[in-house]
Amino acid sequence: MSNFSNGNKAIKPALKIIAKSLLSSRLTFSLAVLLVVVVQNIITTPTFFNISITNGLISGYIPDILDEASLLVIVTLGMTLVIAATGGVDISVGPVMAIAAGFCGLLLNGAEYRTEVFHSPYILALFVGLLGGALCGVFNGFLVSGLKIQPMIATLILFTAGRSISKQITHGQTIYVMNPVFKWLGVQIPGVPIRTTIIVSTIILILVVLLTKLTSLGLYVQSVGINGSSSRLVGLNSRAIKFMAFVICGILAGAAGLVGSSSLGSVNSGELGWGIEMDAILAVALGGNMLGGGKFSIAGSVIGAYTIQAITTTLYAMNVRADQLSVFKAFIIIVIIVASSDVFKGKIKRLSLKVFSKNVSVGG
Amino acid sequence: MDIAKHEQNSPGCIGEQCSGSGTTSPGCMGEQCSGSGTTSPSLTMTGIGKSFPGVRALNNVDFKLRRGEIHALMGENGAGKSTLVKVLTGVYPMDEGSVRLDGNPVAIHSTQDAQKHGISTVYQEVNLCWNLTVAENLFLGREPRTMGFIDWGKMNRKAAGLLQELKISADPTAQLDSYSIAIQQMIAIARAVNTECKFLILDEPTSSLDADEVKKLFTLMSQLKDNGVGIIFITHFLEQAYEICDRITVLRNGELVGEYEVENLPRLELVTKMMGKEIENLSDLNVDKDESRFEGEVPVMEARDLSSGASKVAPFDLKMYKGEVVSFSGLLGSGRSELVRAIYGADKAVQGQLFIKGKRARIKKPLDAMKQGMAYLPEDRKAEGIFADLSVRENIIIALQAKHGLLKRLTRKEMEKYADEYIKLLNIKTANIETPIKSLSGGNQQKVILARWLLTNPEFMILDEPTRGIDVGTKTEIQKLILKLAGEGKSVAFISSEMDEMLRTCSRMVVMRDRCKVGELTQAELNQSTIMRTIAGREDGNE
Amino acid sequence: MKDSKRSTISGTELLIKRNGLSKTGVLLLITISLFVLLYVISSILFADSNFAKYSVFFNLFNNKAYLLMLALGLTVVMISGSIDISVGGVTGLVSMVIAAMLMEGRVNAIWTIPVSLGIGLAFGIVQGFLVSYLEIQPFIVTLTGMFFARGMISVINTKSVPITDKLFMSWSSAKLHIPFLYNERKNGTHDVAYLTPAAIVAIIVLILLIIALKKTKFGRSLYAIGGNTQSALLMGINVKRTKFMAHVLCGLLAGIGGLLYTLFAPSGNPGNGYGYEIDAISSSVIGGAMLTGGVGLPIGTLFGVLINALIERVVPLLGIVEASWPRIITSAFLFAFIVLQSVFASAGIKGGFKLLLPEWTRFRSNNKYRRDLKS
Repeated sequence: MSNFSNGNKAIKPALKIIAKSLLSSRLTFSLAVLLVVVVQNIITTPTFFNISITNGLISGYIPDILDEASLLVIVTLGMTLVIAATGGVDISVGPVMAIAAGFCGLLLNGAEYRTEVFHSPYILALFVGLLGGALCGVFNGFLVSGLKIQPMIATLILFTAGRSISKQITHGQTIYVMNPVFKWLGVQIPGVPIRTTIIVSTIILILVVLLTKLTSLGLYVQSVGINGSSSRLVGLNSRAIKFMAFVICGILAGAAGLVGSSSLGSVNSGELGWGIEMDAILAVALGGNMLGGGKFSIAGSVIGAYTIQAITTTLYAMNVRADQLSVFKAFIIIVIIVASSDVFKGKIKRLSLKVFSKNVSVGG
Repeated sequence: MDIAKHEQNSPGCIGEQCSGSGTTSPGCMGEQCSGSGTTSPSLTMTGIGKSFPGVRALNNVDFKLRRGEIHALMGENGAGKSTLVKVLTGVYPMDEGSVRLDGNPVAIHSTQDAQKHGISTVYQEVNLCWNLTVAENLFLGREPRTMGFIDWGKMNRKAAGLLQELKISADPTAQLDSYSIAIQQMIAIARAVNTECKFLILDEPTSSLDADEVKKLFTLMSQLKDNGVGIIFITHFLEQAYEICDRITVLRNGELVGEYEVENLPRLELVTKMMGKEIENLSDLNVDKDESRFEGEVPVMEARDLSSGASKVAPFDLKMYKGEVVSFSGLLGSGRSELVRAIYGADKAVQGQLFIKGKRARIKKPLDAMKQGMAYLPEDRKAEGIFADLSVRENIIIALQAKHGLLKRLTRKEMEKYADEYIKLLNIKTANIETPIKSLSGGNQQKVILARWLLTNPEFMILDEPTRGIDVGTKTEIQKLILKLAGEGKSVAFISSEMDEMLRTCSRMVVMRDRCKVGELTQAELNQSTIMRTIAGREDGNE
Repeated sequence: MKDSKRSTISGTELLIKRNGLSKTGVLLLITISLFVLLYVISSILFADSNFAKYSVFFNLFNNKAYLLMLALGLTVVMISGSIDISVGGVTGLVSMVIAAMLMEGRVNAIWTIPVSLGIGLAFGIVQGFLVSYLEIQPFIVTLTGMFFARGMISVINTKSVPITDKLFMSWSSAKLHIPFLYNERKNGTHDVAYLTPAAIVAIIVLILLIIALKKTKFGRSLYAIGGNTQSALLMGINVKRTKFMAHVLCGLLAGIGGLLYTLFAPSGNPGNGYGYEIDAISSSVIGGAMLTGGVGLPIGTLFGVLINALIERVVPLLGIVEASWPRIITSAFLFAFIVLQSVFASAGIKGGFKLLLPEWTRFRSNNKYRRDLKS
């Protein structure tokens, strides 16, 4: 063996160790992407870090991104659980937002489509809205756990019908809730300088983390997602856990609907949460979570959500239109899915084996 | 036992006893044959060797198949049966050895090559399309055409002719799925035969058939045999091999044990050769084999007429007592795993009753069994045991956590304590408790799953091949552990493919054959020869 | 028709064969009867809407020629066990592209033909490749295809673009009258039934497809891989290539469908084609194709399309004005037929009724470690 090969032999393992530790941390990937976006923004927008107080609210680029991302963060949390437990996605989250907001708006406005008076107690309306979201989750969960339909197809039903249902709830109109209290949830509670959306999304984030860590739900979801047969044999009820994931996702989507409609002061069934499902899926994937299910990282998903929002905002600033953006995002999703498909991975493996084996033969 | 080889004469002669030109005895089709017992096998595999990374699947295996003979290929786990067949049919390339057809060497590199040389295979699952007609299934890929387009009339007529010739009663224009599995299998065979096949390989064709259907299949096989087709019959059903076959080749651990004529091979000898044990008495360890100590006690577990329907394992009765180790022996495929799974509820019981400590227990899912104090270590740890991406700690506590429920979460401290405890107890080699279990060796993974179940403090443990893939030292540890558990008053159901392991630890052995529980052996009966005999099933080993 | 035969091997063998028609035949019969029934009822209930006239009947063909293309494409893909939900998007994209092409007389209308086919083929090829060679779930691939198509539409234009090109409009309004099929109008003139060029193209394609599916190796391979992919593979069929070609064919038919649609409604609207994939699937399933694969007949799809057309005509007459109702009703029929198919398939099997849903709806097993046959 020549010295040449010895040198090779030292470098390769070192490189391997570095690469492995970098790649093994899921967060690395998502943080890296976020970093890229932030840097790009800093370069193009010198006022990026400026923070000021306007109308009693903290504002600036960063607070704006945090605010806009709130809905996505909430929905992404639910999507993370669904993906982790089932390996499939819930594409009904947008319409579920509209349904929940519809219920809430209906209760608050009664039959009128534009009024300042609350026809029902505010808290009750919020609760009913969340309940609406939960019911959607129950529906999806039943289709998946009970009828064993693949999540994407099961949630396709609400995806297609959900907004029409929401329209029916609001009697076909966009409801304007003029009462200023309604805007507390989505804009600002008077006197509090931080936008409520940021507060609410943070609270929900904490609740979900507690739920997964303080109960064994997190462990169960991962187990079921990794290996359904093993889960069954150790006494876990896979069906119930998957069902729960969908219900939670529905409730969270409902919460996002309430916050979203509140920030606009109206319930617009066609527009509310439009396209959020793609963003949520991207966020989960970006967060380093396997789209096939199993282990999940809430931190990763949240970082992913902020990253996606940052990317979206950046692209809008560059005058990319919303519908063009969806083309772009669809493309990214396909790339991610192809890259994580087994067949593709197999081909890459064989390719890299060829490359590495060349090195070995050179060294003797 | 080998057939004496006389000079081969002309190709096509396979007569076992042929008097000379002008055939006399059945089976002889020789055109000009010189006389007694010329046997020129038409398909000869010599010195076949095949290795996969880490395992020598076949080593210097010979196999001869004659035209017009039904030849069983038998062997236990890891014997190499399917590898041999895959080499023959071009699925795997062989590392060493040669294949000859009628004396001429042939190279088979792909399934098409095999087909060209007249070798066809029919698998256990009927590989036909339910939505196509019988005729179409027979001719798919080779449909008769007129002017480039498929000629259905011709196809149907040809199909009818083929079916009639083979005495299969089926309507060529009917959809395949309007016929039972047995008939579908025969149609699959007809398809294989239709391609001018000289050699037919049937891979476990009777696994999903009942007795009547097996009879029909055998009738077809006899017909093919009369037509001069050489048939390889892979099976683990003892009785069937004896019923239909002329010769049996036994493989064990990738090696050829021998080729025998069925009428000269007692069942007992066959079983012995397959399992590799010579008839002798093993010295026992200090196991209390006295079964009378259980007299009068209420069994920890009693199964009456229990069946899960899985793999057609017959309903069984079984009692197990506190502090008893019961082992299960039988050939591969005899149904041991399915039997114990039915007890645990891994496969839901569809018939019969289960009693735990004398009280009727309804077990609808594994959690019910766990709550009754049962534990089950599955045979396939990769598919049903480990959670690959989860840590060692999580894999250990998961069963206990499932018992506690969703809300009563074990604290981090508790989990770490338990994990450390069992790592020490079972000597599990892992960097730390947070390492993902997939990075552990197979044996250590197995120990983690064992730890998982021990942690639930079960009263009745079912261990299906707990020592598979584990080094010798650890195997002994586990056997000692089983005895220790029994000493503490726990009951253990123990399945292993190694007879001595079971003999060393058990006080009773359940014997299974062909998906049926055929006996229980205790005390003095617990020796290899009695066990073999019980598996084999006949006192003198012969009809 | 044949009677149940007794086995010659064992006299007690029971054949489960139905007398006469196979299960597929019965389903087709139901579809055709349903159409006839609906048509007859409609002519009675809405006597003044002239259902009994030839021209009205033929207009069902004329108006839905494009849907027949889409539905036939779906049928092909469904028979092979896959699915394509991008066809609506492709239709819309084709019509928008045609509209853009024909603006201000930029391009000769003749070019719309290769362009439509090209767009459809492109979608078919890319999606087919992803589905069969990279083995990605067809639902995901074609859903993304749909998003992509819809996105591309708005890239081209976000507003409606009317088509005024003379040549194109002449194709659009052409009528081939069938002289002997006419009814007398009240004022004495003849109301003669006619077929549009679109309808003629559709019928030709239908006939070609019927022959291809019944008499060519490709056609039979589709059925084989849809029935049992594993078996088809072992029987020597190139599964990947067949599946790929199925998607290509569906894409091509979607391209043709887009062209025919634009002939029918000459205008590039961003909302064109919205929901047409659902119509195409409903038509196929009502026509006897099974979502689970392996089963389907082009002639059945034709009747499925006719039923769809009929419902669309009848619903407004019932006083229901909202535009989404015909689709909702057709979807209800779709679901009913899925249940019906499941009933048929579960007949006589232990365990009773089981809702049949295709492979791509069910869970892909998370367990990547399958038990291998031990030697």
